[in-house]
Amino acid sequence: MKAIVTVMPKKSVLDPQGVAVRDAMRHHGLPEVSSVRIGKFMEIEVEHADEGKLHEICRDLLSNPVIEDYELRVEA
Amino acid sequence: MKAAVIRFPGSNCDQDCYYVLKNEFRLETEYVWHKEASVEQFDLIVLPGGFSYGDYLRCGAIARFSPVMRSVAAEAQRGKLVLGICNGFQILCEARLLPGALIRNRSLHFVCEHVRARLENMETAFTHAEVTRSDGKLLTARTGLLLRMPVAHGEGNYTADEQTLRELNRNSQVVLRYADARGAIIEGANPNGSAENIAGIMNRAGNVFGMMPHPERACDPLLGSEDGKLIFQSVIESAAKRGKSSSR
Repeated sequence: MKAIVTVMPKKSVLDPQGVAVRDAMRHHGLPEVSSVRIGKFMEIEVEHADEGKLHEICRDLLSNPVIEDYELRVEA
Repeated sequence: MKAAVIRFPGSNCDQDCYYVLKNEFRLETEYVWHKEASVEQFDLIVLPGGFSYGDYLRCGAIARFSPVMRSVAAEAQRGKLVLGICNGFQILCEARLLPGALIRNRSLHFVCEHVRARLENMETAFTHAEVTRSDGKLLTARTGLLLRMPVAHGEGNYTADEQTLRELNRNSQVVLRYADARGAIIEGANPNGSAENIAGIMNRAGNVFGMMPHPERACDPLLGSEDGKLIFQSVIESAAKRGKSSSR
């Protein structure tokens, strides 16, 4: 099976990378862009995994709940 | 009395910490590889700066799961003194031994410069001492004292939610804040965008301390500052005192 994990900075946390990329986009002819937020996308191949365990790993390792939110999608 | 300097793959301030503890303070000091299972035999644990595991995923995120960190957490729980510098601070936050997190500098620049950190709490195990500088002048801990030390990091922007910041302030856990030459806590003196200019915090119990500036790079007049000695002198005195009281 395949697990897809998306990790994004929390709305309340400043994303300096996103701000810099937003500014670059404005300079590249898209002044309308109001916000860019940059996260991580992880593709995980795993034989069998308990979804609860995957969530645990998302919370403890793949994301830091102090600053990030994650989303886990499991594909057959 | 024995100090441990933990080495992770990618640590690069380990030798500086070792040098200061061993040669400047004449303390029995050992490197401890991250795969070791125990740091029980040490009285003081130092997590040095660097780029453990290449900063992959997040700074400190993978180091936090090193075998040795289980023992560091257990010893911290028992009240042993733990000092995390730069990447060490990041690891302590990832390990939840300290609240909050350190994110990318607001400027996106890697900052590498001398800063001034104002001592906000002079009654901690890490910041109470008095040291004599090589020119004979005394450096005595007091609230408001400015310590000149270098920073060198890309992710030193301290972040925590409002409730955590309130608690840190209420419990005097904010130990160091970036300040200007007059001691004012202003935006212009903040090298990385840290919340409330925070440069160093300790846990509620007061035995785990993390700081972004490098005291180990400020212990010799040749390096332009000796202010870092105050941190090491304090923590060594505290560890010695703790060792005596627990062996009684």
